[in-house]
Amino acid sequence: MSDVTPREYHQARWNEPVVMELGAPGRRGITFAAPEAAVQAVGPAADLLPPAMRRKVPPVLPEMTEHDTLRHYVRLSQQVLGMVGISLFGTCTMKYNPRVSEALGLRPQMAELHPLQHPSTLQGLLEIVWNFEQILKALSGMDRFTFQAAGGADAAYTHVCVTRGWLEATGQLGQRDEIVTSIQAHPCNPATAAAGGFKVITLPLEEGGYPSVEALKAAIGPRTAALMINNPDDMGIYNPHMKEWVRLVKEAGALAFYDHANFNGVMGKIRARDLGFDACMFMLHKTFGGPKGGGGPATGAYGCTEELARFLPKPMVNKTASGFTLDLPEKSVGKVREFMGNLHIVMRAYAWARGMGAEGINEASDISVLANNYMEKGLLAIRGVSKSHPTIDGPRMEMTRYSLGTLKEETGIGVGEVANRMTDYGVDAPWLAHEPWLFPEPFTPEAGELWSKEDIDTWVAVVRKVCEEAYANPDVVKSAPHNAAIAKVNGEGCEDPARWATTWRAYLRKHRGQAQQQAAE
Amino acid sequence: MAHPWMANATPEAKAAMLAAIGAPDIESLFAQIPAEHRFRGRLDLPPALASEVALKRHMLDLLKKNRDCEQDLSFLGAGIWQHHVPAIVDEVVGRTEFLTSVWGTPMSDHGRNQAWFEFCSMMGELVGLEFVGLPVYSWGCAIGNAVRMAARLNGRREVLVPAGMDPERLDVLRQYCEPEGSHGHIAVVPVAFEQASGMLDMADLKAKLSARTAAVYIENPGFLGVIEARGAEIGKLAHAAGAEFIVGVDPISLGVLAPPGDYGADICVGTIQTLGAHMSAGGGAGGFIASRDEERYAREYPTLNISIAPTDKPGEHGFALSLAHQSSYGMREEGKDWTGNSVYLTTIGCAAYMALLGPQGFREVGEVIVQRSHHAAHVLGGIKGLRIAFPCGYFKEFVVNFDGTGKTVGQVNDALRAKGIFGGRDLSADFPALGQSALYAVTEMHTANDIARLAAALQEIVA
Repeated sequence: MSDVTPREYHQARWNEPVVMELGAPGRRGITFAAPEAAVQAVGPAADLLPPAMRRKVPPVLPEMTEHDTLRHYVRLSQQVLGMVGISLFGTCTMKYNPRVSEALGLRPQMAELHPLQHPSTLQGLLEIVWNFEQILKALSGMDRFTFQAAGGADAAYTHVCVTRGWLEATGQLGQRDEIVTSIQAHPCNPATAAAGGFKVITLPLEEGGYPSVEALKAAIGPRTAALMINNPDDMGIYNPHMKEWVRLVKEAGALAFYDHANFNGVMGKIRARDLGFDACMFMLHKTFGGPKGGGGPATGAYGCTEELARFLPKPMVNKTASGFTLDLPEKSVGKVREFMGNLHIVMRAYAWARGMGAEGINEASDISVLANNYMEKGLLAIRGVSKSHPTIDGPRMEMTRYSLGTLKEETGIGVGEVANRMTDYGVDAPWLAHEPWLFPEPFTPEAGELWSKEDIDTWVAVVRKVCEEAYANPDVVKSAPHNAAIAKVNGEGCEDPARWATTWRAYLRKHRGQAQQQAAE
Repeated sequence: MAHPWMANATPEAKAAMLAAIGAPDIESLFAQIPAEHRFRGRLDLPPALASEVALKRHMLDLLKKNRDCEQDLSFLGAGIWQHHVPAIVDEVVGRTEFLTSVWGTPMSDHGRNQAWFEFCSMMGELVGLEFVGLPVYSWGCAIGNAVRMAARLNGRREVLVPAGMDPERLDVLRQYCEPEGSHGHIAVVPVAFEQASGMLDMADLKAKLSARTAAVYIENPGFLGVIEARGAEIGKLAHAAGAEFIVGVDPISLGVLAPPGDYGADICVGTIQTLGAHMSAGGGAGGFIASRDEERYAREYPTLNISIAPTDKPGEHGFALSLAHQSSYGMREEGKDWTGNSVYLTTIGCAAYMALLGPQGFREVGEVIVQRSHHAAHVLGGIKGLRIAFPCGYFKEFVVNFDGTGKTVGQVNDALRAKGIFGGRDLSADFPALGQSALYAVTEMHTANDIARLAAALQEIVA
């Protein structure tokens, strides 16, 4: 590893009030001119509304100028670190979001499209959707894709819905009422299965870092509706028995769904269909270059075999001799969300895939795995850091799960405090791990293909620096952050009905009297 | 040539990293994957367009095959609406810090968390309720979540909805209510609407309310455009039956329409798209859930929630997750429904929109919309053969019936499209009782000239 000194950094600190405290009576940010005389002939608006339903008291919103509103939100943006620094946020595959797509997204030919326009007026968009579907088919081996799901979890839900449709059509609904997953699968798999009416069976990890074939065999049977599984998991461990798993699940008469959230390390290397899966999903807002946006708008692309395609949500885009059409699958399960999905994200994903091409996509998975193993070298050399399943030799995939359990034992400093302190050096906190924590004080960075060797060196140097501080000067870590927009947040009141406040008016009711009292004292 | 989106695509970077690992080549790093799992064929993808020049040209060539609502004149609504998107909203959501924000700490992401809290605060003011969660995928998904909340609260398995409900939202709700034969099935029971007013048929509502009713759901304005004037009465009936009262709203109407909290809503849901999100072919969709700030409701939210909280510095506040453990992130299958990526960037744009409008802006935009929609309805109602189905008490959408023209809505819309006009959403398949009818949406975007142009086109088409 190159020897890098973490840079000195200080986040903007605007002491920006909550917007509800800004502005002054009578100020305006935008005005809507009175309509033309011909329109006004209908009479005052209030007279056109049922008296019982007229608003009597105006909403208590700020009264601000356009400039003041802009400055407020620009200042807030300056108090967000994220990818402006270095964010190696595992499981989310932070990659470059080409700004050409953002510019295209604001064009009226994308931004000002109504989803109910006649398909003949949406031919360009439908062609993009269809073209992109062909790309995902090539990458997965599946026969059809829908883009209606508004995120990865929603695509998992789509699978649950498709599973119900398939069970209903085959007369097995109510009989096959269990979905099998693993403790290392993303929480959306068990959660959507349960929300869809299924009982969840969760397999624990065994020595190899994944559940055993025997455990799977014991869990599946005539009541199994589906397996919902990721591979590799968030520890960077690839279950080598997955083909056998899928064979067993299908032998038991159930469906096999591949949660491809961790696709970045295997793009072009494996295909879900080749492993026998009936369905899979990709996250277009992560793996395919759509922006994270702090959590959406997102797209979970759900793909499946021809056999399951007739159950897909409506409508589907088809190519015909006379152009692209929107059609209803024969036994569609209906909708998981209104309209056709976040097609502006599909547009971005298509642009990304075209910008990369087959070679680029293959190279990206190469680099992701290379960068992760390079980073692992650096991180494991740091006192206090270990990795999950330390006895499992060999390279991990695009992520490795680490543990600061040793650091915690030796210094009392946990991963949360380390993460807080890391941000003082201009690198954002890493992903820790989904619950339950199988390893103490976990963290999960992912370098992907975006971040440079120098970025990785810097990131590792920051972890090293903070761990050294934990041993030498723990107080500086415990009281971090020091260079952020605000001091450490005390969230304990957030679980207390008497203190939590998700709106300003709740805050005023619960806290303002107290604040005034304190001021008086 | 090293790809511009991949820093380590240079041979030097790869060689240096391989040397540090001590691996002979990159292929050796994939040792975990058994050979029989590997795909060795050639990926059949179209050729790469690695230059931005070529990529932009290709994308524009495709996008320009679309016709859009800026170039053409559109009267489509029905779940996604064409409203003005103020310029600063585009600037704010385009800020790289927000656009690519990840999931840092409450301190490193302080600005974004504050913007989310501000969204919830301003939405709370509009709807008159004190607890607001971070948004979900869409209005329909919000209804689904709210109905499931109600069913968990009172253990009942039936929801009453208006028969005039949006088929799109209804499809989503039915999905969330699980099909018959599934363990968690919640029956969705439509309540008839009055043929004259479009409002709920109170006799049918009373007949269908029972000890099985988990919730009564109404919308203001409803899908067919009509304002449900008897909201308070419906709420009382729902409560008397021990059911939750859920109200769906389009918040852009709430400068002139009463906040649901004032007429008894226990849970309020609605769209956020009308608050400054581009339509984007449906990508602007987003939904919110709000309720009274009571523990029994708060503890059923499936959403992520942000609470204001003190920091270690006296007098300073930050924003942290509240009730996170009850989400699927905290409890997996034991959590409340599920959550994940949602529409959190849109949320920030909506916050900027609400702050920009303020109380006067919301009143003005509401009034302008009401006047413009009524003007349009009056003009269209004056055309021979056209009839406004529910002639009073609507906000921005109204139903135009074409039975008197001898033409179908499909024929009318085809002819309008040839003139550069997107006619209203065809209701004839979903609501056969309404005959050949279309739902027209008129907003602050539509001028008197636009309406005159539509009227002239329709005159010619139905003549």
